[in-house]
Amino acid sequence: MSTSGELLFLICGFAATIAAVLTVTMRNPLRSAIALLVHVISLAGLYLTLHAHLLAAIQLIVYAGAIVVLFVFVIMLIGPGAMEHRSDTRGWVMKTIGGGLIVLFAGAITFSVGEATAPDVAIPTCDGSDPTCREFGSVEAVSSAIYQQAAVPFELVSMLLLVAIIAAIGTARGRTAAQKDEADPVEARRMALRPFASDPTAPSLNPAKISTVVGQGPLHPLEGGSEPEDHEHE
Amino acid sequence: MEIGLGTYLALAAVLFGIGALGFLTRRNMLLQLMSIEIMLNSVNLTLVAFNRWNPASHDGQVFAFFVIAVAAAEAAVGLAILISLFRLKKSVESDRADLLRH
Repeated sequence: MSTSGELLFLICGFAATIAAVLTVTMRNPLRSAIALLVHVISLAGLYLTLHAHLLAAIQLIVYAGAIVVLFVFVIMLIGPGAMEHRSDTRGWVMKTIGGGLIVLFAGAITFSVGEATAPDVAIPTCDGSDPTCREFGSVEAVSSAIYQQAAVPFELVSMLLLVAIIAAIGTARGRTAAQKDEADPVEARRMALRPFASDPTAPSLNPAKISTVVGQGPLHPLEGGSEPEDHEHE
Repeated sequence: MEIGLGTYLALAAVLFGIGALGFLTRRNMLLQLMSIEIMLNSVNLTLVAFNRWNPASHDGQVFAFFVIAVAAAEAAVGLAILISLFRLKKSVESDRADLLRH
């Protein structure tokens, strides 16, 4: 490994470890999410030291661009409830026992594999003479490996993501909207647009409550009716 | 300092331990989901590291790709369950989900 690779490994390794510790110790979930973002970016740097360029890009796009943003979105959606005001950690006895066991486990693995040496394998490079040659870890190489050896699992992943999307919608929609669905589909759609339908104190998107236009009926939020923004005859 | 396969495996073991510790010590379900992501990331690191020392194939990177896809689906469903729990209990503590206990 080159000197610059070692430097990148050291920087990214320390950053990933420190960010992981901050993620699990911060009291504010939003700060934990930011620490998780630093963690996944550091892991993308570690993938770069391992010649996995496509995976580093996928890590940045999927983790930093989708999963961490989803966490931040949910934290902002549930608002102050995400922050536990009382002590939200376990009792100190359980914490000490569990922490000691995990530190022992990780330390044992670290000391047993840390000295493990594998013969240094040179990454095969392409000199341009062979047109079918692919650089190790490049987009062409990894994608051809996926499509030639794992085409069926790749298609099954698309099914899995579709099922996950439907399940997430159905779970987050809640029971109240589903019950309304049988009685009144229009009202059910309106409930689905409201973040906390069962909470009467929550701000609602009900147009009958927020419509300030005099002389017009309440607009359905899905009909896309644009209310006149300013009244000049006042 | 010689950075070889063992160094990467040791780093991944430490990261997995941190994630497991967070999952077991925090009551906040958001933090538990983030700890699961840390553990999945550390396992991905081992897969890619093993693939680096066997560059004849890309099996480890393909496997890590599928792990990332499954982790995305898991995060989406887990956060949906979290929102549902918050609607029911007005809290994100995993200990409050005790309907089957009584």
